[in-house]
Order: sequence, then structure tokens, then C-alpha cells
Amino acid sequence: MAHQDTLNGAEILLKALVDQGVEVIFGYPGGAVLPIYDEMFKQNRLRHILVRHEQAAVHAAEGYARSTGKVGCVLVTSGPGATNTVTGLTDALMDSIPLVCITGQVPTSLIGNDAFQEADITGITRPCTKHNYLVKDVNNLAKTIHEAFHVARSGRPGPVLVDLPKDVVQSKGEYQPPSRVKSKYKPQVKGDLKAIEKAVDMIAKAKRPIVYVGGGVINSGPAACQLLTQFVRMTGFPCTQTLMGLGAFPGSDPLSLGMLGMHGTFEANLAMHGCDLMINVGARFDDRVTGRVNAFAPYSKKIHIDIDPSSINKNVLVDLSVVGDAAHILEDLIKVWKARQVRMDDKALKAWWSEIEGWRSRNCLHFETSNKIIKPQYALQRLYELTKHKNPYITTEVGQHQMWAAQHFKFEQPNHWMTSGGLGTMGYGLPAAMGVQTAHPDALVIDISGESSFQMNLQEMATLCQHRLPVKVFILNNQYMGMVRQWQELIHGGRYSESHMHTHPDFVKLADAFGAVGLRAESPGEVDDLIKEMIAVDRPVIADLRTDASENCFPMIMPGMAHNEMVLGPEDRSLDKPGSEEDGMVLV
Amino acid sequence: MTHIAEAIERHTIAVLVDNEAGVLARVIGLFSGRGYNIESLTVAEVDNREQLSRITIVTTGTKMIVEQIKNQLRRLVPVHKVSDLTIEGAHVSRELALVKVASTGEKRVEALRIADIFRANVIDATNESFVFEVVGATDKVDAFIRLMEPLGLADVSRTGVVAIARGPAAL
Ligand SMILES: Cc1cc2nc3c(=O)[nH]c(=O)nc-3n(C[C@H](O)[C@H](O)[C@H](O)COP(=O)(O)OP(=O)(O)OC[C@H]3O[C@@H](n4cnc5c(N)ncnc54)[C@H](O)[C@@H]3O)c2cc1C
Ligand SMILES: Cc1ncc(C[n+]2csc(CCOP(=O)(O)OP(=O)(O)O)c2C)c(N)n1
Ligand SMILES: [Mg+2]
Repeated sequence: MAHQDTLNGAEILLKALVDQGVEVIFGYPGGAVLPIYDEMFKQNRLRHILVRHEQAAVHAAEGYARSTGKVGCVLVTSGPGATNTVTGLTDALMDSIPLVCITGQVPTSLIGNDAFQEADITGITRPCTKHNYLVKDVNNLAKTIHEAFHVARSGRPGPVLVDLPKDVVQSKGEYQPPSRVKSKYKPQVKGDLKAIEKAVDMIAKAKRPIVYVGGGVINSGPAACQLLTQFVRMTGFPCTQTLMGLGAFPGSDPLSLGMLGMHGTFEANLAMHGCDLMINVGARFDDRVTGRVNAFAPYSKKIHIDIDPSSINKNVLVDLSVVGDAAHILEDLIKVWKARQVRMDDKALKAWWSEIEGWRSRNCLHFETSNKIIKPQYALQRLYELTKHKNPYITTEVGQHQMWAAQHFKFEQPNHWMTSGGLGTMGYGLPAAMGVQTAHPDALVIDISGESSFQMNLQEMATLCQHRLPVKVFILNNQYMGMVRQWQELIHGGRYSESHMHTHPDFVKLADAFGAVGLRAESPGEVDDLIKEMIAVDRPVIADLRTDASENCFPMIMPGMAHNEMVLGPEDRSLDKPGSEEDGMVLV
Repeated sequence: MTHIAEAIERHTIAVLVDNEAGVLARVIGLFSGRGYNIESLTVAEVDNREQLSRITIVTTGTKMIVEQIKNQLRRLVPVHKVSDLTIEGAHVSRELALVKVASTGEKRVEALRIADIFRANVIDATNESFVFEVVGATDKVDAFIRLMEPLGLADVSRTGVVAIARGPAAL
């Protein structure tokens, strides 16, 4: 072993990662990172999961991070290895997921020469990382790695990239432990008490309140979720969650209205529309949620709790903002509330709830059942019923299946639901599930998938088999890019331009080819058996469920429409009113 | 309160950043990536010991956009301080321009006379040209250049705006 102050760069890197609590690295080797892989060969404190494509390494690290609350870690080579991470990094940036991605780089003397496998990855990823670094001196390496982890996990989390030229990892230098590194980056976590007092004033006066919960509460951690739950139960307010916020509040609690937004529930969207006070905790007024902004919650005062000042007044102007960490602010909010012994207007609240119960009784997630063809919603309901006792971790791809999963699963805890919300990356779910299973080897991990999305990263089946990660891929195979087909049916006159793939692999044989288990169900009667078998096998599974190709996902707020203009189903007359694409929700 | 104030305002923003590789690219990338306007941008190191640079940006946008710009700037890791000089009390701002005028005879004499009025210095001269150095607020520099146009204006180089708050307070 080399002497303490004469470690080489690769040793310094691995030591820094261990000191940062890293247990698993998702990666793929290549020339520029061979010295690092060589050092990795000589140790056993860091586990390496060898993916089949670098994009998958990043999604796997995202799944790992989201299911543990820790920072995910990625290692790839220069040039193509690095550029392959761009989609994953952008995905992590949009969804505020903490990651550190280490990329190899050509030696410093060759940078700028169009050297073999050179890519200006700090330039390329500047807009899709929270921050990035190019390390030019081995003596700055340890410090930079520690700072990268600090930046990734502090404030609003996000991906950080560290680019390491080959000569830097090969030269000798000094290691610095995390305790010796002081970062200047210190985002505000405590909320302004005066603003919190004011929030309590506003809450006390509310007659038709709603709590609108986002991914920021999950980012903040389980303590924030508990405090949020305490706050909601204490006030008795209705609580709706964004796609990213599912699990922050127990989904089966009667105070929960489920998801809001484009494919949210009737009761959540109408309560948002009719509320007189909206309390936004860690959500960012995304256009999938607001619908047409000038018709968004028109009668409401709005309170916004968020750690990132740039989220405030970005899309929607609010009446009161409290900047800081959700857990800190909720704790203070509850304290002030209790100290003041606030009395709510119980009568008004009761009337508000009876209105909401009226909307809820419409049972907006109802669907026509069939005993001939598998309805996707039915398959998901059965999956939920047959697995909930195992408290499964669910990831998804992107499309109709993702929305049905969000509607029909109820999440009682945070960190059990991993989906690509902001970027909507098809191909996210399988590698993300891989990362989740790595962190929770004994848990049931299911990727709810579509047959098109699955094919974007299906090479990772090999990774699952190699590393004995028994992920279950539950494909709702409707033979279509269903979400695209739905938009074409409803908005583009039924012209199904390139949304049908005429050829799919035989997924059961495909599973076999990888050494996984393939299962298929073609009629509703086979669904339960398939699910039970899928859970029973201790190996990766591809389950191919042939579902109704023509099913559409409802409720739906059409592009350019408001919360009170939801379409509830195919028989709904408001479907005839064409949407406008001027304002929000224009993309599939 | 969903009503959006639409009036377009011009703001001068001072930004204190670490003087490290890529920091200017981050700032400029933020403006181009999010579709914000840059009317002028200047940058130079102002603190050698702490390795800090100061960027002065003149930008336009609605109130909401200008607020976004400042918050987005604050989000960048190497950014330490963002100050909106336009709303935080009085400030002074200056620009320097080098203005080349190529002409002879009466036009040449007229150019010199106007330069005198604007207190512009001649910093290079040949038989058929002058280079003037003019310093002042943006509109003064604009006016000088406009007046030089019929007199043989050949080339202009401007620094862009630098600005600082009046009074004893520092950024
Ligand atoms: C096909 C498809 C359909 C979709 N349909 C819907 C839909 O119907 N409904 C829906 O809701 N979404 C939908 N989405 C997702 C949508 O695009 C957005 O990703 C999502 O709405 C954003 O969730 P969020 O507001 O919770 O914000 P996030 O993206 O989770 O952002 C978190 C916010 O919390 C803040 N924050 C972070 N950490 C903290 C902390 N510690 N304390 C306080 N604040 C913090 C951040 O600054 C940020 O403002 C859909 C996506 C796809 C792909
Ligand atoms: C990488 C990527 N490319 C394109 C899209 C646009 N898109 C959104 S949903 C979708 C179809 C998804 O089809 P499938 O995976 O079969 O799911 P389904 O909607 O049928 O449930 C497409 C193409 C996307 N979100 N991501
Ligand atoms: Mg499909």
C-alpha cells in the first residue's frame, strides 16, 4: 500500500467515495477510467454494478437514491461513455435527484485537441447538472469529490458531474478527509418565522383549504413526510399529491384526494379549482398540474413552501412564500399552530368536505370491466391488491401505464414510488428498478412498464441476471405507444401516425434468452396467477400482459383547459370541445 | 393574484462570483437556455485574494421574469451575491467606448469639436483618422456615436455597463 500522502488519484477517488458513504457504484469501463477500475479490482468496500448502457447507470443511481435518500454514484469513461449519461443527468435534474457522476477524460495535455474519445462533457452537461467540475490537479481531487457530494445533497438536490483527466487519476497527491473541506455552498433551511406566523393566520381563516404536496417533501426526507402527515391530520384539511409527491402522505388516508393534475382525480382537481386557500409544500406548479394558468385556482390565496427561491413565482404568483426545507418549516408551523391554539371554522370545513365527498362519489377512476380482454386498470388493481402486503417498490416507464399506476396504487410511505416526472423518460423504469433492488435486495421491486418503453433499455435484463437482481417487469402490452395513440385519437383526428409498432419481440422468449423468467397473460382470468407466480420466483421476470389496445387514460384535462374542465371518460361530452395549446400541458 | 404584470422593465444586476473556469459560460448559458435578454454584460476580477469576479448585467423583462433571473442566478453554485441595483437604491453606471472616425477636412474638425463637448480623449491619431475614448452613461455614449456617424464613423468598441451603488454600502 502506498503511503498516506502519496496516494495516486484513483486511490484518492475511491477513498473519498468510501468516506462519503458510497456502497454501490453503477458504471461501465473504458480507456480513460482504466486506472480507476484497476484500483477497484484491488478493494472490496465498493460494490460495482456493471450496466449494459451508461444511460442505465444513471437511472439506476437515481432509483438507488430515491429509494434510500442517499446520493447515487455513477462511473463512466470519457467521450461516448460520458455523452451516454446526458439523458439520465437531465432526468435527475428535472426531478431533483442527488447523484454524483464521475466521468473519465483524456489527459489534461490533450484536452482541446479532439483527442480520441474526447468530449467536452463539462460544457455539454452544464445546463443539465446542478453543478460540474473538471479536476486538473490531483491535490484538488479529494476536496472536489467531497464538495460534489455536498452540493448534490444540499438544498434542492440534483446531479453533479466530476470530470477526471486520466493523468490526474494516475499522478500522486494528498488525500483530504471530508472534515477538512469547507464548502461555501450553504442553502437556507430554516424558514422565516414571521412568514410562518403569517401562514398560520391565513390557515386559521380558511374555509375551503387544500394541501398540495410535491416531491420536495420526499426530497426533504421521512421526517418531513411525518410532519406533513401530522399537519394534515391535525387540521383535517384535504391533501392532494403530485406525481412526484405520491407517498409523502398515506394514500389510503381518507384525507387524501389522490393525485391532481392532467390525469389527477376529479375530486383533487375540483378541490384545487374551488379552494380559498392553497398550501403548496414542495411542489413547483408544473404545467401538467396547473392546466391553463390564468384559470388556475381562481378563488384562492396561495402559500408556497419551497427550498428553491426560483420555484417561487415562476409559473404562478403566490400570496405568501416561505423559503427553506420542508421539515424545518413544517415543524415550526406545527409549533406556532399549537402555541396559538387555533380554532378553525369547523362549520365551513364540514361544508367543504361534503362538497368534496360529492365529487369523490363520482368514482372517477371507474372503468368498464371485461371478462374477455385484460383492462390495464384491472391488471394494476390486481397487482396492487396482491402485492400491497409486501410493501413493494414500484418504478414505471412513461406513458398510459405510468398514469394508471399513479391512479390505482396507493403509497403509504415515501421512497417506494420512482417515476420519471419532469423529463418523462421512456426507458427509466427498468434501470431505476435495478438501482432500487441493489439497495433493497430482499424487497419486491416491480417496474410497471409499457412494451414500447421497455424496449428503450431492455439490455439491462442482462445486468439483472448477472447481479441476481430479481426485478419484476410488469408490461402492460397494448401494442401501441398508448399515450401517443391517445393524443392522436383525441386531438389529431384519429390519425395514428407512427404510434403502432407492428413488430414486437416475443417477451417470453426474450426473458428466456436473457436467463430470466417469462410469463404471459392473455385474458383477465390469467392475471392473478401470473402475478402470484411472478412474486414467487426468485429471479428477474418479464411479465407480458396483453391488454386492451384501445383503452384511454381518464380523467384527463385536455391541453389548454382548466381544472374544472376535466374529461371523465369516453362518453363525456366535453371531449368535443377542442383544447388549445397556448397555455400549458402541450406535450405528450 | 394570478394576474401577471406585463410591463417590461430594464434592470442592472451586479453578481459576485468565484473566478473559476466556466463561470461565465454558466451565467450566459442560463440566459440563453431560459430565453432571458442580455443587453450588456461585463466581467472582471475584483478581488484577487478571494478570487472573486464581478459581473454586471443589464437585462429586460417583466417583474416576474426579472425576479426569476435573480433567483436563477442565485442558484448557481459559484454565485455568492446577486444585487439588483435598479431597485436597491440609487446607483451610478458607466461605459467606455473606443470610437474610430476616419475622415478629412471639415468633417475631421467637426469630429474633434464634438469630442471636446463630450470630454472624449483622442488616444490615437493619423492624418485620416482619430480614435476617441469616451466614458459615460450608456445614453451619453450612444449620443456620441450617433453624432460621429455622418463624420466618418469607422469602428466602435464598447465595454458594456459597469455599475455600483451610491453611498457607503458594499455588495
Ligand atoms: C406522461 C406524464 C403525465 C404526467 N401527468 C401528471 C399529472 O397528471 N399530475 C402530476 O402531478 N404530475 C404529472 N406529471 C409529472 C409532472 O410533469 C411533474 O414532474 C410533476 O408534476 C412535478 O412534481 P412536483 O411539483 O411535486 O415537483 P418536483 O419536480 O418533485 O419538485 C420538487 C419541488 O420541491 C422543492 N424542494 C426540493 N427539496 C425540498 C425541500 N427539502 N424542502 C422544500 N422544498 C423542496 C424543489 O425546489 C421543487 O420546487 C406527468 C408526467 C408525465 C411523464
Ligand atoms: C425517450 C422518450 N421518447 C419519446 C417519448 C414520448 N412518449 C411519451 S409516452 C410514449 C409512448 C409510451 O408507450 P408505452 O411504453 O408502450 O406505454 P403506454 O402509453 O402504451 O402505456 C411516447 C413515445 C418519451 N416520453 N420519452
Ligand atoms: Mg404501450
